[in-house]
Formats: sequence, C-alpha cells, structure tokens
Amino acid sequence: MATLQLREVKKHFGPVNVLRGVTFDLHPGECVALVGDNGAGKSTLMKIVTGVYSATSGSVILDGEDISGTPPGAIRELGIEMIYQNLELAGQQDVTANIFLGREPTRTIFGLATNIIDFKTARDQAEDMIRQLGARLPSVDIQVGKLSGGQQQSVAIARALTFSPKVVIMDEPTAALAVREIEHVLDLIKELKSRNIAVILISHRLTDVFEVADRIVALRQGTVIADERTGETTMQDVVAHIVGAH
Amino acid sequence: MTDANPAAPMRAQGLAAFMREKSALRLESLIVLALLVAVMSYASPYFLTLANIFNIVLATSTIGILAIGATFVIGSAGIDLSVGSIMAFAGVVGAMVAAHLGLPWWLAVPACLAAGAFAGWINGLIVAYGGVPAFVVTLGMMGVARGVALLITDGQAVYGLPEALIWLGQGRPFGIPVPAIGFIVTAIILHFVLTHTRFGRHTLVIGDNEHGAMAMGVPVRSLRIKIYALSGLTAGLAGLFTMARVNAGDPTAGMNFELAAITASIIGGTHLFGGRATILGTVIGALIMGVLQNGLNLLAIPSFWQQISIGIVLVAAVWLDQLAKRGVE
Repeated sequence: MATLQLREVKKHFGPVNVLRGVTFDLHPGECVALVGDNGAGKSTLMKIVTGVYSATSGSVILDGEDISGTPPGAIRELGIEMIYQNLELAGQQDVTANIFLGREPTRTIFGLATNIIDFKTARDQAEDMIRQLGARLPSVDIQVGKLSGGQQQSVAIARALTFSPKVVIMDEPTAALAVREIEHVLDLIKELKSRNIAVILISHRLTDVFEVADRIVALRQGTVIADERTGETTMQDVVAHIVGAH
Repeated sequence: MTDANPAAPMRAQGLAAFMREKSALRLESLIVLALLVAVMSYASPYFLTLANIFNIVLATSTIGILAIGATFVIGSAGIDLSVGSIMAFAGVVGAMVAAHLGLPWWLAVPACLAAGAFAGWINGLIVAYGGVPAFVVTLGMMGVARGVALLITDGQAVYGLPEALIWLGQGRPFGIPVPAIGFIVTAIILHFVLTHTRFGRHTLVIGDNEHGAMAMGVPVRSLRIKIYALSGLTAGLAGLFTMARVNAGDPTAGMNFELAAITASIIGGTHLFGGRATILGTVIGALIMGVLQNGLNLLAIPSFWQQISIGIVLVAAVWLDQLAKRGVE
C-alpha cells in the first residue's frame, strides 16, 4: 500500500489557481522526484502536505488515513518531515534546540508532566543523531548561525530524521552545496530508501534526480503532466515536460 | 554528512567572547554598571550607603519588573509600548477594589495582576490574529489603558488604601523593601521560565525565525498571545507595587516607563530584533538605569535630564550593538 497518496489536491489563492487537482502516490522506500518550472506549484503542494497550507479541495492520505487540514506540528507527529530549501533553522539558538524544535523532551515532576525541558536527554540524542549522520560539528551547543552551510544542512537533516519519519520531503537539498556535499546528500537519500522511508525530492538538478529517484512526477501549471519511472524516460523528455514542449 | 570544509574550531576570545557564546549577556553592560557605580560613589559620599543602595533597588524594581516582561516581548521580535499605561490601569483597578468596594484588601493583588494580564492578552490577541503590527497595537493600548485609568477614576488618584496593602509598597522586612524582593523573585522565576521551559525557548525561537518555528509545529499565535499577556502581567505587578508604595492608585503613574523598560532590556543585551535575551542581563540593564537616576538625584541635577539621559542611552546602546555587529561581519 502507498505510504502517501495525494488525491485531486486543488488550491487557489483568490482567483489564482495554483494547483488544479494533483494526484500521485508514494510508496515505502521509494524516492519520487517532483520537478517543474518555477511557479508550477511544487512548493504549494508540499506546504499542503506538511500542513502549512490547507488545500481548497482534495485530500492527503497517509497510510490510508485522510490527514488533510492537520496542522504542521501534528503532521510531524504522524511522520512527515520536510527539509526546507532555506533550512528554516533558528540561527541564534544552538544545534540541540534546533534539532528538537517543537518537540523538546520534557521532565515529569512527581509523575506530573511539565513544560520544563529535559536538556540532558535532548543533548544526548542530538549528539547521537549528529554522530549517526557522520556530520562534523564543533559541538551541539554551538549557535547554528555560526556553522557553515553544509553543517547547517546537517542540522536540518538531523532534525528531520530524529523521530523516525515515514516520509521525508527535501526541497532543493543540493542547490547550495559543493560537489562533495552533494554526494553525501544523495547517499543519504539512498540510505533512507534502504530503511523503507519514502522520499520526495524537489530538485532542478536532473543529474541528481536520475541518480536517486525511482519515479519522476512533473508538474506544470498546477497539474501532473507526467508520472514516469526513471528507467523509462530520458533527461530530454523530462526537460520537455518541465518547459512544456510536449 | 560531513562538511567539505570543516570550519576551524571556534576559539573563544576572552571572557567577552565566552559570554557572548553562552548567552546574550554582555560583559559591556556589567562594565558600564561598575563604571557608573564608581563615578557616582566618587561624586557623592551618600551613594554607597546601605540606605541609598536599598533606595536604588527600590527605585529600580518598577522599571526592572516591566523590563523583564519587555525582555520576553522583544526576545520574540515584538514590542510593547503599553506597559506604562497598563501599569497605571492595573494600579487604579487594584486600588478601587481595595478602597471602594469593601472587599478584603488582598483581593487588590489578583485584581492588579488580572487587569494587567487582561490588557496584555488583548494586545496579544490583536497582534496574533489581527495581523496588526505590535508597534501599532501596543501604541493604541498605551492610549486606551491610560484613558480607561483616567476615566474610571475621573482623573483623580484613588486614596484610602488599607494598611496591609501599603506594606507591599513600603514594608521593609530585614531592611529590604518589599518591591525589591518582588523584583528579585520575579527575575528568578522568569529567568527559569525563559531558559528552561518550552514556552521560554519558543519565545526566543519565534524571535529568531517565526516562519521556521511555524513550519516545525510551534503554535506561534497562541505563543504570542501568552507573551503579551505575560508582559501585561508584569506591568500589573509593577502597578501593584507602585500603587502600594505611593499609597494611591494614580491614573498618571508610569508615564514614559515603557521607554525606560525597553531601554533597560536592550542595554542588558536583549537583541532588538529578537532571538536572544537573558533576564540577568535585563536586571543589570535596569540597575544601570536605576543608578543613573539615583546619581542624578543625589547630584541635584534636574529630573528633566533623566528623560534626556534615558533616551540617549537607548539610542547609544542600539547604535553600539549595530557597530559591533558590522565589525564582526
């Protein structure tokens, strides 16, 4: 069964139809590349999946359950994580705070749940996660804004993976990286697939798409104009879909 | 994922860099405070007497309590210009409850706090859901709260407070003024809230990256409402102590106090555009203001100069911060 199903998702902002009914499935361990020109509706669609926007109509189904209209925090609880292109980190806060942002472990006092953060648990888990990712950071206590771009991305990735997600959405994860860092991101996507996590990759870099994606979904003017297996299409075809030459 | 060019290990450059690393507390503000104390004690033989030190802490307590609330608001990249007016509003509400309604004196305490928190909650509600900038909302509340305070008292101070209530402003257990104790206890509690609770940490996160916080599931709107309500609550507490200290609910109390409160927080190291703040820094900032005011009084400099000096200190503190940042970049 598909992990994530999008059914006729439509969104308009006032008179502007950004999404005109988008339908596709995402299976466990599968990487779907979402491609399309600027303004094709990729970002809006992903913001609907993560709960930042709500769809005008249509539904988002996770493991058979309709989760349309669920707010962002609850969507993350259900196992959908997104790594934003601008990473959406809080630059003046430390690495641990960013990894646990919105999901800080709290202490119980005399059996009562409190709002008090359990810093030790958070810090230990953050260090563990950074180690698992093989990221080199000076410390998890350092302000995120003082890290390099690649290190900051490691923090954003650690945040997405700490709570065993089912679906990970990556928005242009390689756009701002050096060649060696790109390889790491692509390896990571392969690793996620092997762990049966479903990945949606938004990318303009078709070489990356062809290296890791199982399927390519092309959006144009808010509709799916192609949904093809990577092995059954060519880069020229995909470019043609994106620019609308077909 | 490793970084292609691992950054050189960060070197702490002295104590100032270390403190900057660990918190927003600025060594500069401690130095300024020490210098002020040194200058004032040289200029006036009365400055360093125990009685005068208590006077300073007492005089600092009102601004200090307001500044602690302001620290949460500014830390969340907001601003609250209404705290001086809310303080007066809460003070007259408490005074009327105690003096006119024939109710037990202690009900004045929750009345002040509730009146302050309510006004702050209204601020938060409009900021969070109305999409009106905090600057405008709280500027409006500055007028409304002051106006309501004047309206319900007919512009006259409310006298006739019970003795027990006056003790809250004038009592000195072990020689320490009660408002000073209130200031210190408030600082300790809210320091803990800011550094150790999800509410406190999220306050700084939304000041840092509101959109990111929202995308990560932080309930930004309800958080903003709580932050402004907290600022109103601290203004209510400041109003309670002031009312008890001057033995009257004065609708004109707290005039321009928002200026001093914001200044104290900023010179204490709260980042004007949100994301970083400490309560300890704010307390030091408030003490700087208190020492300045007290020193000017001791030296018999006209009180008009206090307004001028506060204004200059505020602009200078932000200017220096900007210069330091430009130096770093």
